[in-house]
Amino acid sequence: MSGEVSLTNRPRLAQQARLVWDPVRQRHVLLAPEGVLLLNDTGAAIVGLCDGSRTIAEIIEELRRRYNRVVAEEVQHFIARLVAKRWMEIGNA
Amino acid sequence: MLRPFGMLAELTYACPLHCPYCSNPLNLADYSDELTTAEWQRVFAEARDLGVLQLHLSGGEPLVRRDLVELVACAHELGMYTNLITSGIGLTPRRAEQLRAAGLDHVQISIQADEPALSDLIAGTPSFERKITAARLVKALGWPLTLNVVLHRYNIDRIDRILELAESLEADRIELANTQYYGWAWRNRAALLPSKTQLDRAESIVRAVRQRLEGRMEIIYVIPDYYSQYPKPCMGGWGRRQLTVIPNGDVLPCPAAHILPLPRASVREHSLSWIWAESPLFQRFRGTEWMPEPCRSCERRTVDFGGCRCQAFLLTGDAARTDPVCHLSPDHWIVAEAVHRANEGKPTAPGNLIPRTFRMRRGAA
Ligand SMILES: C[S@@+](CC[C@H](N)C(=O)[O-])C[C@H]1O[C@@H](n2cnc3c(N)ncnc32)[C@H](O)[C@@H]1O
Ligand code: SF4
Ligand code: SF4
Repeated sequence: MSGEVSLTNRPRLAQQARLVWDPVRQRHVLLAPEGVLLLNDTGAAIVGLCDGSRTIAEIIEELRRRYNRVVAEEVQHFIARLVAKRWMEIGNA
Repeated sequence: MLRPFGMLAELTYACPLHCPYCSNPLNLADYSDELTTAEWQRVFAEARDLGVLQLHLSGGEPLVRRDLVELVACAHELGMYTNLITSGIGLTPRRAEQLRAAGLDHVQISIQADEPALSDLIAGTPSFERKITAARLVKALGWPLTLNVVLHRYNIDRIDRILELAESLEADRIELANTQYYGWAWRNRAALLPSKTQLDRAESIVRAVRQRLEGRMEIIYVIPDYYSQYPKPCMGGWGRRQLTVIPNGDVLPCPAAHILPLPRASVREHSLSWIWAESPLFQRFRGTEWMPEPCRSCERRTVDFGGCRCQAFLLTGDAARTDPVCHLSPDHWIVAEAVHRANEGKPTAPGNLIPRTFRMRRGAA
């Protein structure tokens, strides 16, 4: 697995990872065995939309409804990074 | 203010095993006055307020603490990611189910080798079969499984079989950590340090297996720093991302730092936030101001932070020197000599290793 993802993939958070709100830092964070990732609002929105039912294309569409200036490659790259870390899983079904 | 992300809670130094590489202190009985359940719960709450998101429950053997389930439940309710680091001994089906219900997120089980004879010899007690049973139980309950293996002269040549065992147990990750020389490992260093030939072979096997199992099992290989050019960025920098609380409530920037001649800081006397932000202990090696040459003018000073303070102290007697592992350190010859000795001469048999022993002081609880 090279961490490549395509627009038709349906990503979801791996069982070992968890998205939480940190009231201390006032930030969303992703928790997993090997570490912690601080997310900005868009990052948290992306992770929140990765529920295994939406394709990446649909996630990008949904983000565009919420935010201006959503760059598709950036979203894809962000998800690919998490897949490479095994914090995110992808399926096509 | 920098906030810590992770806390290592060493709940107890009691342990049924006797690993000669154990990083725990030599004077184990000095730490028998353990924090109570209520004290740990207060420390966890203070840790969460300080920013800690990941709690590693370790020891000694954390399962020796009867209140482990309660402690996990408390940390989970505070919103922390909880990780149990265990030998596997004491992880009965009942205990495991209770921990699962309490919200434990992740389990790491250590094994000493791929087969009972060597594993039990290194552990100093029959334990291999129970570890394997515990590992299966972790998978059966739906936890992700990480196996921890400390590598040294006596097991590193079996790395291929260790990886096969991990694969057959369907481990999600395996951490192959070359021994770090603190505590009992420091005492046994001359015997434990592997040769260059052993390491080269192990590393080529790791590369091949990593490729074969890509996407199925993650293989983390912690390099032996005695054989590296540069030191490890110990704990991601002194008082920068992590803190450790040891059984008696002392707080440390790293679990080995109890050996350093620095003022103590205890949760029994101060708040965790004061200790983190202001105690002389945590201020001592924070940032780059304390650094001597060659670190002070080196561009890697914010990458590796001058290496490990405990290693500098153990090897030179001065915690404020450049980690002698670094090839730029004026003390590097000390490491080079140890490595030289490990590569010639006759290695001792594993039976000559000094096992970790916990001798209770008379009158201690
Ligand atoms: C000190 S142990 C305590 C938890 C439990 N008793 C166990 O051994 O899994 C914590 C972790 O550190 C590892 N460890 C112990 N001594 C070490 C050393 N000298 N260098 C590197 N890792 C070490 C163990 O394998 C274990 O994964
Ligand atoms: S490393 Fe071995 S001796 Fe040390 S605490 Fe863990 S199981 Fe016990
Ligand atoms: S001189 Fe110091 S900062 Fe530079 S690489 Fe060596 S240990 Fe790191």
